Amino acid sequence: MSQLASLTLYHNDEARPIIEAIIADNPGVRVLNMPGAVKLDCEGSLVVKRASVEERLGRTWDPQEIHLVIISMAGHLDEDDDQFSVSWKH
Amino acid sequence: MTAKKLGLKQRYAHMTRGLDWETSYQPMDKVFPYDTFEGIKIKDWSAWEDPFRLTMDAYWKFQAEKERKLYAVIDAFAQNNGQTGVTDGRYANVLKLFLTGISPEEYQAHRGFAYAGRHLRGVGPRVAAQMQSLDELRHIQTQIHTISHYNKYFDGLAEFPHMHDRVWYLSVPKSFFDDARSAGPFEFMIAIGFAFEYVLTNLLFVPFMSGAAYNGDMSTVTFGFSAQSDESRHMTLGIEVIKFLLEQHPDNLPIVQKWVDKWFWRGHRVLGLVAMMMDYMLPKPVMSWKEAWEIYFTEAGGALFQDLARYGLRPPKYADIATAEAEHISHQNWAIFYQYTHAAAFHTWLPDAKHMDWLSEKYPNTFDKYYRPRFEMWGQMAKEGKRFYNMALPQLCQTCQIPMGYTEPGDPTTICFRKTQFRGETYHFCSDGCKDIFEAEPEKFAQAWLPVHQIFQGNCGGATIPDVLNYYRMNVGADNMDYVGSPDEKLWNEWQADKIRTAV
Repeated sequence: MSQLASLTLYHNDEARPIIEAIIADNPGVRVLNMPGAVKLDCEGSLVVKRASVEERLGRTWDPQEIHLVIISMAGHLDEDDDQFSVSWKH
Repeated sequence: MTAKKLGLKQRYAHMTRGLDWETSYQPMDKVFPYDTFEGIKIKDWSAWEDPFRLTMDAYWKFQAEKERKLYAVIDAFAQNNGQTGVTDGRYANVLKLFLTGISPEEYQAHRGFAYAGRHLRGVGPRVAAQMQSLDELRHIQTQIHTISHYNKYFDGLAEFPHMHDRVWYLSVPKSFFDDARSAGPFEFMIAIGFAFEYVLTNLLFVPFMSGAAYNGDMSTVTFGFSAQSDESRHMTLGIEVIKFLLEQHPDNLPIVQKWVDKWFWRGHRVLGLVAMMMDYMLPKPVMSWKEAWEIYFTEAGGALFQDLARYGLRPPKYADIATAEAEHISHQNWAIFYQYTHAAAFHTWLPDAKHMDWLSEKYPNTFDKYYRPRFEMWGQMAKEGKRFYNMALPQLCQTCQIPMGYTEPGDPTTICFRKTQFRGETYHFCSDGCKDIFEAEPEKFAQAWLPVHQIFQGNCGGATIPDVLNYYRMNVGADNMDYVGSPDEKLWNEWQADKIRTAV
């Protein structure tokens, strides 16, 4: 049975570089657009890489800044200085 | 030489662990008297992990930033008379139900997590529960601030705390949280942290708030998503609680399973109100309750319980019944409120032809067959001057406190009715789920404050409906009854007429 790891983010300018980084770094990601929000689902795990976000944002980005644009998630969370991930893998 | 900067994980460890101490003047069991009686066994509190590694200083920084953004939107909404730009005047009614039925539960959650944060003896869960307690206080405050702007124009909002403690349908969410808050700290964490926050609140805060955005309410969607950004942290706490309890001792499994079963079913019943808000009360619907249930329970809950199976935990009992009910629950709830519109502090209406077509499309198995004919008949009756009101006080379910209008699993034309005996008295239930919950804790649920029973016992202002509405502080003729003909509708139509005049 499918196990989707998922992040739901604001659909705004601040979240856009993060959304783009997720789409670039997670092949097969499913994008569900809702008014005001976007839900990103990926089988097994989903990762947000600091370097990819910084490349699009043009400034340094602390993965904890995701707190300002996150709406919901599914999966076990792991967070360090370089990335933020949700996963059902052990 | 500069010292090497600490990584996030090390920084977090230094700033949270070691904040507690072994007491010396009093034994630890006297300082933490409530974390053993539920039978949960904890061998090693330090095994608790906090995936979000949010330290207190970072917490204040991010929360302050979220508040600044939110209040900028609330101010802009007020300055631009945003209330005149929502899709329709009927929209305000979802805010009435939200403020009277949901916001006070944020406050209950605040108090519940303050209690858990005080009474769990491990430092990890205590820090997380205290942050969540502060979040929940922020949620009710921002909700009151946002909706107060609507209170300047629309009826039904002014007496929300008074109503919450008295009005018949508001006892449904109130009793849910009263039940959780009068449980032990571990049950509270599973009830609210896991079953409600992880498994169910997405259904409230994601598709419903997206619906607020779709209906032009920028201020509500902003508090909704701002609250939900805390919710991601809460979900993480919820999943951590359940993993921690199941990893600590095998004896915890049956206790946790019983709580998961109970709180899933209780949460499912409470969220029936949200089902109705999504399917009937948003003038422009965005996603049906059934679709939301598929995404957030069947799909997301499926992944979660598949993961938790490694501990021997199974999906909640009656999850299949709840999923089958997703085809019916919003229609049955809206029908209940339509019949009792004289006693509700928000307006009701019948879905128009276009909205009914949307419901047919979203509910191909049930709407045309079971619910459209009823709404069409009521529409016809209203046209003939015989608008249908149900003047009998309904039997309430002893557990969920919802009027017993739900139907049998697999048979949507027969009312579901269960009963049991306890200490020589008969108790009534809407479902097997609610009956099981009562039978597991009859001493607790036999004490339930049931609004209809209280009215009949003379505890709600008197014996007539006007007496009771007065006790509710309902502004009769403004707060209650149909939207059509209400002061809200009159005001809305004036705003629309003004817009047209301006354009000429």
